[in-house]
Amino acid sequence: MTADGIGVAVRRKEDRRFLTGAGRYTDDIDRYGQVYACFVRSPYAHATVDSINKESALGMPGVLAVFTGADVAADGLGLLPAGWMIHNKDGSPMKTPGHPLLVADRARYVGEAVAVVIAETYAQARDAADALEVDYTPLPATIATGTASKPGQPQVHDDVPNNTAFDWCIGDKAATEAAFANAAHITKLDIVNNRLIPNAMEPRAAVGEYDPGTEITTLYTTSQNPHVARLVLSAFVQLAPEHKLRIVAPDVGGGFGSKIYVYAEETVCAWAARKVKRPVRWTAERSESFVTDAHGRDHVTHAELAMDANGKFLGLRVKTFANLGAFASLFGTATPTYLYMTLLSGQYKIPAIYGEVDAVYTNTTPVDAYRGAGRPEATFVVERIVETAARELGLDPADLRRRNFIQPDEFPYQTPVLLQYDTGDYDKHLTKALDLGDYANFTIRKADSAARGKLRGVGFACYIEACGIAPSAAVGALGGGVGLWESGTIRFNPTGNVTVHTGSHSHGQGHETAFAQLIATHLGVPVDQVEVVHGDTMQTPFGMGTYGSRSLAVGGSALVKAADKIVAKGKKIAAHLLEASEADIEFTDGKFTVAGTDKAKSIQEVAFAAYVPHNYPAGVEPGLEESAFYDPLNFTFPAGTQICEVEVDPDTGEVEIVQFVAVDDFGKIINPMIVEGQVHGGIAQGVGQALMEHAVYDQDTGQLLSGSYMDYCMPRADDFPTLKVGLTETPCTHNPLGVKGCGEAGAIAAPAAVMNAVTNAVGTMVQMPATPLRVWEALQSAAPAAAAE
Amino acid sequence: MSTTVSLTVNGKPCTVEVEPRTLLSALLRDKLGLTGTHVGCDTSQCGACVVHVDGKSRKSCTTLAVQVDGAEVTTIEGLAAADGTLHPMQEAFRENHGLQCGFCTPGMVMSAVDLLHTNPSPTEAEVREWLEGNICRCTGYHNIVKAILDCAANLRGAQQAAE
Ligand code: FES
Ligand code: FES
Repeated sequence: MTADGIGVAVRRKEDRRFLTGAGRYTDDIDRYGQVYACFVRSPYAHATVDSINKESALGMPGVLAVFTGADVAADGLGLLPAGWMIHNKDGSPMKTPGHPLLVADRARYVGEAVAVVIAETYAQARDAADALEVDYTPLPATIATGTASKPGQPQVHDDVPNNTAFDWCIGDKAATEAAFANAAHITKLDIVNNRLIPNAMEPRAAVGEYDPGTEITTLYTTSQNPHVARLVLSAFVQLAPEHKLRIVAPDVGGGFGSKIYVYAEETVCAWAARKVKRPVRWTAERSESFVTDAHGRDHVTHAELAMDANGKFLGLRVKTFANLGAFASLFGTATPTYLYMTLLSGQYKIPAIYGEVDAVYTNTTPVDAYRGAGRPEATFVVERIVETAARELGLDPADLRRRNFIQPDEFPYQTPVLLQYDTGDYDKHLTKALDLGDYANFTIRKADSAARGKLRGVGFACYIEACGIAPSAAVGALGGGVGLWESGTIRFNPTGNVTVHTGSHSHGQGHETAFAQLIATHLGVPVDQVEVVHGDTMQTPFGMGTYGSRSLAVGGSALVKAADKIVAKGKKIAAHLLEASEADIEFTDGKFTVAGTDKAKSIQEVAFAAYVPHNYPAGVEPGLEESAFYDPLNFTFPAGTQICEVEVDPDTGEVEIVQFVAVDDFGKIINPMIVEGQVHGGIAQGVGQALMEHAVYDQDTGQLLSGSYMDYCMPRADDFPTLKVGLTETPCTHNPLGVKGCGEAGAIAAPAAVMNAVTNAVGTMVQMPATPLRVWEALQSAAPAAAAE
Repeated sequence: MSTTVSLTVNGKPCTVEVEPRTLLSALLRDKLGLTGTHVGCDTSQCGACVVHVDGKSRKSCTTLAVQVDGAEVTTIEGLAAADGTLHPMQEAFRENHGLQCGFCTPGMVMSAVDLLHTNPSPTEAEVREWLEGNICRCTGYHNIVKAILDCAANLRGAQQAAE
């Protein structure tokens, strides 16, 4: 193992620039002649836009232009599309009205952009935007997830009856009904997966620029996947042909899914730069982020679990209403279907599963993938109902899970809901988590809490997730509009250092370090001699970007393939230099050696020879640079156990997390420090969902009531104890690194673990977020019953 | 309508034309090109914008430029030594992986430096409470808290060694 290769907690290469204020985020970019965009947004959830009086803003100081939906349409720009086609139960395609860049005639959610003002300074643009006269006629709005499809609700789109985008199902309905008919016990649960707002700390931003010389439009923007953005903007929106469009995502301050999608504002900046012939910039104010960044989750679900007399699972049936918001966003339709119900088997053998999803349009901000995307929703259903079942049956929750786990010798395991798990050892991480959390002594701690007047509860979540969605052919067969492979290029420079180009994108994950470690191990080049380039469509090979915990499993695997090609070519060159047969050359630790001798050439010497090929093998191309594309054979399946302990104050309803344990199986680990960091961050987001975060709309007016950090409760440092994390390892069986993906696990499992603990403490059902008020109310409603006992 | 303010930023005196409504964050980012100070919200909640004004941490998004006339301002760019050696707090964040995307980091570091000025031996609970005004979405705060406690221990160790 090299000192800074795979498995070492190498300190991150990117940290120095972030710690010294030298990071380069989109809003830090400064272009000569730049002007500022400010968007005028609909104050109504649903309204016709009757007229816009541009003159009211055009006369203001510094204003260059005002554009509306009519201007965008006149230039032939299209609508923002949905990227994943879902089919209804009857086989017909879903209804997907496109999202206009600027409202043409009817606004469908509060905050939807109606017009844009371009001015010399941001303050001038904002003043003019405030002055722009827009006449609206408000219409009744549909807001609530559970009732949007009921007859008589206001129609969000005229051609989508009952606001139902699609009704979709998965699994074997008849087999599941039969399983329920034979059940000794059935557990039922009604749960809400609360709507969240992603809140990456860097607000979305864009700088659009047009070069009349090359006719290239450049968009610097906060994107997790610049090539996908370019493809969508070119093929669907017709912003510019792909070869005349460059998307650059420089340092990006967090994404969590919300920066996957192609949004109206960024697109308008790129287009407006051509119109006003100046670079056009925009950075969202946080209040704009709240109403325009794609939201997450928002499910209303009924689930039932059938068991035999021994607690063996027989069947699971689930019905979910999923809120898409006003439009189907890029992956907004895949999230509540293929990324959700395919995980309903959890870590368990459940012979029959049947699930149905009705996806509805409402007059709210579009909903799309947010950290975990569908898998937290699945884990919440499965782990809440399993834990509820255990409590109903009077079994230890760990015990009921163990009775139903898929056993290590049962892999590969085909679930009833499409996926085939390749490997896992579920008892191992459960056992380790029980130890780490000292579960054996929980009752002592509970008594201690009780002595202090507190209610203590414990909750489990044994999650599974599917990362690195694949293979591309399967994605296509299920309705996905893209392939989900990844690319990478390794370029040796003549002096022996290395530039790596990856199609994935880092916005906090530390690719510059982890990918360099991979090169260190595979090619023997020290980490500080490797530069990782990402995020610029002009510089990197076409790539699918970073989401779904795919970068290492898919992007890393592409780099391993490219490294293999480098070694193969290097052997030819080294054999020539060492006057040996290619078959006798071995490569280890950056050296090509003639087997059984001390004759060797370093990879740097070989690289130099490749670029200065004076003494060089015949028929071998000069240069040492290789690219590879990797299309995975399957998803990877990280799994793990979280155990949460809470203390509830019965007087105030306040919930304190007093212990949090997470043990994860991510397969092989490249950098344990980075992996742990991902787990911590995920847990914090999951705890946020469980206890505090909630996007709340006024049910009549459709105004977002939680539209700022004053109203939307973000998790803070003092909401957490020190987290206890651990790892187990069963390597992925089908990628060259044996890695699985770690970016979402924390957020996937934590809501279930926390809510199981809260329910255990309170003794009755509480919906997320378990705010002090809700917990207190639950305690009050439980109290008479308790008193009667 | 504009006015001028004179202040010292990272040890350098400067005089800048501003509007009465110009915020200190805008002065630093737009007028002086010091883009290390970030703006993450519009309600003075997130702390991405924290700088030091006369040695105390302050949210630059909630400070008018005209309020700092005559003041000494230190930003994240001014924290490391002139030779590039990182400040012990910066070093502790790197060593403990106290940052991921880096967006909250300048404000976190500036806030943490002020904490240790105020309280050189904080408990974990005190660190967590101090960070109330700084939001991080990436790290779950775990390694940030660790970094600050680590830095405090290191500084105390160094001081004892010097005594
Ligand atoms: S920018 Fe959020 S507190 Fe200053
Ligand atoms: S490191 Fe990303 S917000 Fe803190």
